[in-house]
Amino acid sequence: MWFYKALLHLYPSSFRAEYGEEMCAVFERRGTSRLEAMFEVLANAPAVHWDILRQDLRYTARTLARAPGFTAVAILVLALGIGANTAVFSVTDYVLLRPFPFPSPDRLVSLWETVPGYRHMELSPSNYRDWERMNRSFENLAAVSTQEVNLIGQGAPERIKAAYVTGNLFAVLGVQPQFGRFIAPTDDRESAPHTAVISYGAWQRVFGGDAGVLGRKVNLDGALIIVIGIMPPGFHFPNQEVELWMPFQFDANAFSDRNDNYLDGVARLRPGVTIQQADADMKVIADQLRRQYPKELEHTGAAVNLLRDDVISHPRRLLVVALAGAALCVLLIACSNLANLLLARALARQKELAVRAVLGAGRERLIRQLGTESMVLSLVGGLLGVLLAGLGLPLLTTLGPSLPAAGIPAIDLRVLGFAIVVTILTGIGFGVVPALRVGRTDLNGLREGSRSGGGRKAGLRSTLILAEVTLSVVLLISAGLLLRALLRIQSIDPGFRTDGVMTLETALPMPKYENLAKRTAFYRRVLSEIHDLPGVADAGYISFLPMVMGGGIWPVDVDGKTLDRSENHTASLRFITPGFLATLKIPLHVGRNINESDAADRPMAAIVSESFARRYWPDQNPLGRHFKFAFFDRTVVGVVGDIHVRGLERSSEPQVYLPYQQQPDGNLVFYAPKGLVIRASGNPRRLLPAVRRIIQQADPEQPISDVRTLAEIVQADTAPRTVQVRIIAAFAALAFLLAALGIHGLLSFTVSTRSSEIAVRIALGAQPRNILRIVLRESVLLAAGGVILGVALAYAAGRAMQSILAGITPGDAATFLAAAGLCFLMTLVGSLAPALRALRVDPITAIRAE
Amino acid sequence: MAQKSLQPDEFLPLPPATFHILMAVAEEDRHGYGIIQDVAARTGGELKLSAGTLYRSIQRMLDKGLLIETAERPAPELDDERRRYYRITPLGAAVAKAEATRMSKLVKWARALGFAPGKA
Repeated sequence: MWFYKALLHLYPSSFRAEYGEEMCAVFERRGTSRLEAMFEVLANAPAVHWDILRQDLRYTARTLARAPGFTAVAILVLALGIGANTAVFSVTDYVLLRPFPFPSPDRLVSLWETVPGYRHMELSPSNYRDWERMNRSFENLAAVSTQEVNLIGQGAPERIKAAYVTGNLFAVLGVQPQFGRFIAPTDDRESAPHTAVISYGAWQRVFGGDAGVLGRKVNLDGALIIVIGIMPPGFHFPNQEVELWMPFQFDANAFSDRNDNYLDGVARLRPGVTIQQADADMKVIADQLRRQYPKELEHTGAAVNLLRDDVISHPRRLLVVALAGAALCVLLIACSNLANLLLARALARQKELAVRAVLGAGRERLIRQLGTESMVLSLVGGLLGVLLAGLGLPLLTTLGPSLPAAGIPAIDLRVLGFAIVVTILTGIGFGVVPALRVGRTDLNGLREGSRSGGGRKAGLRSTLILAEVTLSVVLLISAGLLLRALLRIQSIDPGFRTDGVMTLETALPMPKYENLAKRTAFYRRVLSEIHDLPGVADAGYISFLPMVMGGGIWPVDVDGKTLDRSENHTASLRFITPGFLATLKIPLHVGRNINESDAADRPMAAIVSESFARRYWPDQNPLGRHFKFAFFDRTVVGVVGDIHVRGLERSSEPQVYLPYQQQPDGNLVFYAPKGLVIRASGNPRRLLPAVRRIIQQADPEQPISDVRTLAEIVQADTAPRTVQVRIIAAFAALAFLLAALGIHGLLSFTVSTRSSEIAVRIALGAQPRNILRIVLRESVLLAAGGVILGVALAYAAGRAMQSILAGITPGDAATFLAAAGLCFLMTLVGSLAPALRALRVDPITAIRAE
Repeated sequence: MAQKSLQPDEFLPLPPATFHILMAVAEEDRHGYGIIQDVAARTGGELKLSAGTLYRSIQRMLDKGLLIETAERPAPELDDERRRYYRITPLGAAVAKAEATRMSKLVKWARALGFAPGKA
C-alpha cells in the first residue's frame, strides 16, 4: 500500500487530495500488482498534469487577453532581457567557451621566443629546427607563417591570404582534408614540387567547386603550384582569412640567421604532459642553445602558452565578460520589474483569486495557475527575444576576434539551448515570489472594502525596486567608465591626419619584382598617374600601413657600437616613396624629406621619428648622425613626428623611414612597399575606379586588395570597444527606463493605497508640500539606497575592468557624480505622475469610498 | 468550470473510458469502485478500468459537466464515508446518446462493406 501511496505523489497534489484516498481503496480491493500499479500511474499522472496545464493555459490566455497593456509590456521587457542575453551569450560562447574544432584542443599550444621587451616573438627557422629536435614535451612541433599571395589566371587577379606551413602542421592539428591529401613532410623538402592545399571557401569561390582542380597547376605570384587537397568547410587556421596553405620548403639560407624571426610555433603536447612541464622543458632548451650561440641568443628565452589564450587576448576577453555582466544586469532588472508588475497585479486580482480559493482551488492550484501565467509570458518573451538576438547579433560580431574556428557567432543549437534555459529560469525568477505570496491569499480578500496590499508586500516591492535602481546605477557607471576610456583612446593623436586619405594594397609578387628597377618603374608610373587625377593632393607608397601591420621591427646599432639587446633597442622599418609623409601629414621637424635623388647609388639616407632622435642623441643635432639598421649604415637626413604604428592603445617602437630606391635587389623583399595612400579633396573613394585602371594598365596581373579609407583603419583599431560601449550604454538606458517604470508603479500604488490617509491629511489642512513629502520620501530613499549600493558595486566592477579602462580610474569622480545625478533625476521623473495624483486627491471622494 | 456553450456533438468521439463510465452511471449513482465493477460486469471482464484512468476520466467529466458529484448517500449500512458518488447530468446523457448514434451509424456503414457481421 505504501508503494501505491508513494506513486500517487506523481499526480498533481490537488488531484491527489481529491481522489487519493478513493484510489487507494480501489487499489486495495482490486489487488493490483505493483508493476501494474506503476504502469497505471506512469500512464495517467502525466495525462492529469496535462489536463490541468491545458486548463491553466486556457485561463492564462483569457486573463492575459483581458490585460493587453500589461501583457505587452511584460513580453517586451522579457524579450529585451532574454534577447540581450542570448545575443551576448552567442558571442561569449564563441570567444570564451567553445573549444577550437580540433581533437583535444586543450593540448594545442603556441610557442614563442622571448627577448627583453617582447614576450611573444616569432621563432627563427634555425631555432624552430633545434626546438623541434630537442624537445621532449610535444608529439609534434610545427611552424606557420602567414603571407599574402597573388592568384593569377582565375578571373581577375586576386590577393589571397595564405600560410606557409611545415609538413607536420596537420599532424599537430589532427585534421583531414575533405578531398585530396594534406601537405606531408615529404612535400616540405627543398627539392619537392611546389604544392598547395586550398580552403573549402576558396574552392567554391575561386574554382566554382570544380573537383577537377585537384592536381591542377595554379599561378601564385607567378609560380606554378599544384593543388593537392581541399580542406573541409569548417577548417580555419591560423585564422579565418587564410585560404591557402603551402609548404615552407626551407633552403639552407633560411637557417643562416638565428635572429630572423617570422615563424609562429604551434605544437601538440604529448598525452600527460602539462603546459608547465612543457614550458620548463623549453626553457632548459633555450638555455642550452644560448650557451651554444652566446652572441645571437644572448637574451633569447622560450615560452609556451595555451593556443586558445594566445588567440584571444586578455583585453578582448575582458571586453566580452563585461558585456555578459551588463546583459545579466539587464535580465535581473527585467525580472525584478516583472516580479513587481505581477505582485501589483496579484493584489489587484486578490478578490478573483480569493473567489477561486473559495470555489475549491487549493493553494497548489493557484500557484500553478500563476506559474503557468509567468511561464507563458516568459516563453513568448523568450521567443521574441531570440528573434531580437538574431537581429542584433551582426552588431556584436565585431567583438569576436578571427578565430581558427568555424564561422562567426551565430544563433545555433547551443545558443538556443541557452536561451531556453534562461527563459525558464526567468519565468521562475520573476514568477515564483509573487506566486508564493499569492498562494497565501486567504478569504480576507473577499471582505467588503478590504484594504489591498499589506505592509510586507509593499516592503518586498520596495526591495525589488531598490535592486533595479542599484543595478541600473552599476550599468550606468560601467558604461560611463568605458565610454570615458573609449573617448580617451580616440582622442589620442595617431601622429598622422586621416581626413581625405584613401588606402589600398598592391603587393608586388616576388620574384617577379625582386629587381629594384622594375619596382621603381611600377611605383613611379602609378604614383605619377594618380597625381594627375583631379583633386589628388598627394600620394605615396609605404611598406606597411600604420595600424594594419605593427611588426617589421629591427634592432638598432648606433655609431658603430652594438647596443645592449636587453635594452630593447629596436625600431620599425618602413620603405617609403617621397610622397608618403606629406600624404599622411606627418610633420617634418628638422632636416629634409627623402626625394627621388636618394637613389641606390647615393649614401643610405634615413628619416627617423622624434622618439628615435631623442633616445640616441638627446639634446644634440641628429642630422648627419649614423646608425646601423637592417644590414646597412644609414645617415639621418630628417626627423619627423612619431606615429602610433601598433594602434592607439599599444606603445609603438620609434620609426625609421628609408627611401624606396635604397632597397637593393632581393633585399628585405617582404618590406617592398605595398601600401598605397592617396590624399584627395572630397570623398577619396570616388577615385577608386580611376586608380584601379591605372594599376591595371601598369601591370594587368597585379591585384588590388584592402581598399579602405585611413579613417576606417583608425576606427577599426577601436571598433570592438566602440561596439561594446554602445551596447552597454543601450543596456544602461534600458535599465534606467525599467527602473523609472518600477518607481512609477510603486509610487502609484503607494498613492492609491494611501489615498484615504492623504485625504484625511488634506482635510486636516496639510499643505501640498506636506503631501509631496509623503510621496517623494519613498522615492528619494529608494534612489539614495540604490546610489549607495550601486556605487559600491560599480567600483568593484570598475576595478575588475581596470586593464581596459585606458588609465581612467575605477573611481572616476565625474562618472560617479553624473550617474548619481541621473539616478536622482530618473527617480524624480518616475515620481512625477504619482506625486501630482496625490496632490489632486479629493478628500470627500476618497473618504467616502472607505 | 463547466463549459455550457458546448453541444453534445462537440464532445464526440468520446474516449472509450468516458463512454463506459457514462453507461455505468446511467441508471444509478455509483462510486468509483462501483463503476469499475459495473464496467467489468457489462464487458464480461474484458475492460478493467484502472484507478488512475477512472479518476482522471471522472475529473475531466466533472469539469465538462457530464457528471456531478451527488450529495445523496445510500443507506448508512451500505455506505462508506470515503466514497463519493457520481450522477450523470442531462448533458452527460445527451452526449452518451450522441456517441451511441455515431457508433451505430459507423457500424451500419461498415456492414454495408462487409467489415462487420450482420445484414448488409
